[in-house]
Amino acid sequence: MIAERGTRVLNNVQAINEALDLALEHDPRTLLFGEDVGVMGGVFRASDGLQAKYGEKRVFDTPLAEAGIVGFGIGLAMAGMRPIAEIQFAGFLYPALDQVLSHLGRMRHRTRGRHTIPMVIRAPYGGGVKTPEQHADSPEAVLCHVPGVKVIIPSSPERAKGLLLSAIADPDPVFFLEPIKLYRGVKAEVPEDYYTLPLGKARVVREGDAASLLCYGGMVEVCQKAAEVAAREGVELEIVDLETLTPLDTGTILESVRKTGRAVVVYEAMRTGGFGAEISARIAEEALDFLQAPIVRVAGWDAPYPPFSAVENFYRPDAKRVLEAVRKVLTH
Amino acid sequence: MRYTDLVETIQFLADDGRPLGDLPLSSDELLHGYRALRRARHFDERALVLQRQGRLGVYPLFRGQEASQVGVALALRKDDWIVPSYRETAAAITFGMPLSRLILSWRADPAGWRIPEDVNMIQFYIPIATQVPQAAGIAHAQRLQGRDAVAAVFIGDGGTSEGDFHEGLNFASVFDAPLLIVVQNNGWAISVPTRKQMKVQRIALKAQGYGIPGVVADGNDLVAVWHAARQAAERARRGDGPTLLETLTYRIAPHTSSDDPSRYRDEGEAGEWAKKDPVLRMRGCLTHLGLWDADKENALTEELETEFLAALEEAHAAPEPKPWEIVEQVFAEMGPDQQRDWAYLRGES
Repeated sequence: MIAERGTRVLNNVQAINEALDLALEHDPRTLLFGEDVGVMGGVFRASDGLQAKYGEKRVFDTPLAEAGIVGFGIGLAMAGMRPIAEIQFAGFLYPALDQVLSHLGRMRHRTRGRHTIPMVIRAPYGGGVKTPEQHADSPEAVLCHVPGVKVIIPSSPERAKGLLLSAIADPDPVFFLEPIKLYRGVKAEVPEDYYTLPLGKARVVREGDAASLLCYGGMVEVCQKAAEVAAREGVELEIVDLETLTPLDTGTILESVRKTGRAVVVYEAMRTGGFGAEISARIAEEALDFLQAPIVRVAGWDAPYPPFSAVENFYRPDAKRVLEAVRKVLTH
Repeated sequence: MRYTDLVETIQFLADDGRPLGDLPLSSDELLHGYRALRRARHFDERALVLQRQGRLGVYPLFRGQEASQVGVALALRKDDWIVPSYRETAAAITFGMPLSRLILSWRADPAGWRIPEDVNMIQFYIPIATQVPQAAGIAHAQRLQGRDAVAAVFIGDGGTSEGDFHEGLNFASVFDAPLLIVVQNNGWAISVPTRKQMKVQRIALKAQGYGIPGVVADGNDLVAVWHAARQAAERARRGDGPTLLETLTYRIAPHTSSDDPSRYRDEGEAGEWAKKDPVLRMRGCLTHLGLWDADKENALTEELETEFLAALEEAHAAPEPKPWEIVEQVFAEMGPDQQRDWAYLRGES
């Protein structure tokens, strides 16, 4: 759905703020809450100005307790509200995992559709901006291993706004992970109006025939840099931005890999057991005959995200490491 | 002064049911309350038989705790909410859950897990204390929607050790949520006695940490629980916030139909508590007031058995669950992965 009115250049935080504003305006059942989201407008200012606009009943600070935030939201949702909870950083979600694993994705299933949780949990995730310890985690694989929960990770302001509005309108619980590195680092044209983008669809953001780069969130920008470098050498890389990790659009991934015959999977979480392992497995299961080289993963090392900012950049995949992997699949 | 005396225990009936003073309930309410207790007791006894016959799954008995649950449910309106742990079958029965659904529920049949649309109850929770912050959210939603409905959440003494109990109480308190937090202190968390669970032996005192009232009721005295819950519900409806209600009772039965309490406790204690049985106590009250006799008792037993048999028949009539229902209701609309699994389970791929 493309807006009738014009567009403006916004960064990701502004686009997310605009989506939250429109959601609050669109449906009076919508609530926005979390730690410091009220007067302060959130640590990244994603809810800036919204409490003043919609009042303390609809946009409010909660006690500092993540299990409480998620549990409270589950209750609000089951009783007919449309809660949007902010977890200040994805790495702060862990106290709430019992609520997530035991209830959030299970309620519709166990009650056979009687009680549902149309709730969005937003959280900044990922590294690249020298945050303190615990602030740079990428726990998407944990969330993708929870049945009944959708997981969305946008990579640009225009996509972030439309996907967030879709997530808020969705009848099921959705995790919306926002790449910290891109909050202010990327600006783009964003339509002014309310618009939604389909969940469960991957998109090809750059077409090419040499190899497929399969990525999402903060890694899309990294893959684009790598693809620009490769293009100068006459190598055209295709980039697939997954956007929705659950439910995963396997079809678009397979289509790209069947075309290029080479797959590089890029994610910034720890390699082992990461979501890239699932992508690799699906390619191996359904497109092995098309592959001309083994699938290669480029990911965070099998270590915690380092709290040591001097070496942080060696953890998070960059264009150089992506290109090393591309060379590997091209020269196999 | 013992610290257990810091908070008064509400009690209206002596152990034998004799009223200790004026009762805050009408004769009709007393009769209604007794019938509700007997109805719950009858289900519990018949459920255990079904379980022993292999016609029910693992079943958490509530024998001895009927007054603690029924009293709260009687204090609620139809538009209020119940958020139970796994032991609240008695509360569910009183709140309006059809017996056939409860039989199916404890048979682990999906037809029982879908609560009827006109019953504001969430299906029994197995994880401990996670229901408390959720109940705070349900309660808060009532206020946001401009209603004066309340929610009652149930938990046991052991559950108060969990972090979610604390977070739930704190949220309910901060938002003045219309919530009754009902702690059935039944003395045991499976095999661990309350004295090993916490230093504070009056759980209601914990309410002070949240700036809300903490009330203790004799959990085997239906009049006391009903009265205390009614007061807490009225307070919540007025917008004055949550109340922590501790009911002092005892888990006379094993933890579940799979448990063997002889491994960890002297059953003499259960025998002592059986003398304070909430059902016999209420019958004693009615008899004392001249409201009940043997004929009425026999007629009630017959009526309850007829009702139970009809429910059992209805439960038997429920369709067999199909394997592919496993991947239904994961999402409102199946994703491609569920569609693949669904087709396989239906033998279509």
